[in-house]
Amino acid sequence: MALGTRTDRQPSVIRLFWRSTVGKKTVMALSGLIMLGYLVAHMLGNLKIFFGADEFNGYAQWLRTMGEPVLHYSWALWLLRVLLLLAVVGHGVAAYQLSRRDIAARPDKYVHRRRRASYATRTMRWGGIILALFIVWHLLDLTTLTVNENAQSGRAYENVVATFSTWYGNVIYIVAMLAVGLHVRHGFWSAAQTLGMGNATRERILRTAADALALVLTAGFLSVPVAVMTGVVS
Amino acid sequence: MKLNLRIWRQKSADTPGAMTTYEVDGISSDMSFLEMLDTLNEDLILRGEEPVAFDHDCREGICGACSLVINGDAHGPERTTTCQLHMRSFRDGDTIDVEPWRAAAFPVVKDLVVDRSAFDRIIQAGGYISAPTGSAPDAHATPVPKPDADFAFEHAECIGCGACVAACPNGSAMLFTSAKVNHLNVLPQGAPERETRVLDMVRAMDDEGFGGCTLTGECATACPKGIPLPSIAAMNKEWLRATRKVRR
Ligand code: SF4
Ligand code: FES
Repeated sequence: MALGTRTDRQPSVIRLFWRSTVGKKTVMALSGLIMLGYLVAHMLGNLKIFFGADEFNGYAQWLRTMGEPVLHYSWALWLLRVLLLLAVVGHGVAAYQLSRRDIAARPDKYVHRRRRASYATRTMRWGGIILALFIVWHLLDLTTLTVNENAQSGRAYENVVATFSTWYGNVIYIVAMLAVGLHVRHGFWSAAQTLGMGNATRERILRTAADALALVLTAGFLSVPVAVMTGVVS
Repeated sequence: MKLNLRIWRQKSADTPGAMTTYEVDGISSDMSFLEMLDTLNEDLILRGEEPVAFDHDCREGICGACSLVINGDAHGPERTTTCQLHMRSFRDGDTIDVEPWRAAAFPVVKDLVVDRSAFDRIIQAGGYISAPTGSAPDAHATPVPKPDADFAFEHAECIGCGACVAACPNGSAMLFTSAKVNHLNVLPQGAPERETRVLDMVRAMDDEGFGGCTLTGECATACPKGIPLPSIAAMNKEWLRATRKVRR
């Protein structure tokens, strides 16, 4: 009786990951979780705006001195930016490649259509595109200050107030933050499944955690434009 | 019962198909969906027309051959196989749409029949154990903890029908593959190939052109055997474990 013996060599781990749909999803899950962690910190930092211009601008300055004296001025911030860039690019490229594959795997639609899956699930692709465009706008608005009405560097508070004093600034931001909520709702739970953390008993906890994260993030981010619009922050 | 059927007719793999309307009369609510199609086909043969081709074999819900998308649902409105679906799920005068499984990896052969040999090739990649088979061993020769036995059995229930692929908006075979991987990977008999099995079967699945999993959950809703969605997470865990463990 002959047993099958494997003589072929396995590909390297990186190739194995990038070639497999499961591996690419793992890349998406990990990069997604990095960005999610950043979003939580970013949202909490934003809330400092409710303590006035001095505290908010001081916090913005601290982000640059963070890590000193071990690190040089703004190095920690730049390291973070590089990490985030890698996460965004990895997430986006994997999503693009997987989406193309998914669409090709189902060329013919059913004649009898019916509504499938939840809203958050169905809007992952469009939501992702909206968020990518928003990131570009957001950086031009509040990081490089290219499109900001106030555009005074070092005066983060005043720049934020200027953005949310325009109707388009508010509309773009609110749409993007609703997209964040929907994206996180399906994304967080999916990441847990992809990393193999889901099982029947943990299902409820993971779903609840995804909903809570999505809600808290959206509400926290939206509180800033709402406060500017209602005059609580000015 | 009298019914209006709109059925996908396609002469062969490379001719275009279309929905064609038929009327059937004299359908009893006790008939299965396939018996209803038999009635239609008898009519068609008597009229000198080509009968509708569809897959079926056991007609008792265990072989996985029957494969119809009925009103947009794989296997129709009940959570069972098409052969176990009865006409009492429909009402007199209903219009029913009948289509084949849709996925690039399941090309249409004729009418409602699709080629599901891609599943066979996934199985060939690792859905087996390398052990001498001879006379059946004693049932208690290899002890298996009860929870593992239950887990294995739950996944062994997969009949390879392909409803999961048909229901998935990405045409993904993750639920099927996870059922097969989990079934053998949890058992001591499957342990020698635990890593290569999951790596090879996932690779075979990708090579066949199935889509990736976006965790839509449509597969688990459509599965007539109730393979649960967390099975996919369990397979992902096995895959990630295997990438660390496999000997190079
Ligand atoms: S997982 Fe369910 S739907 Fe998919 S092939 Fe197996 S029995 Fe059919
Ligand atoms: S004909 Fe065998 S499962 Fe339906």
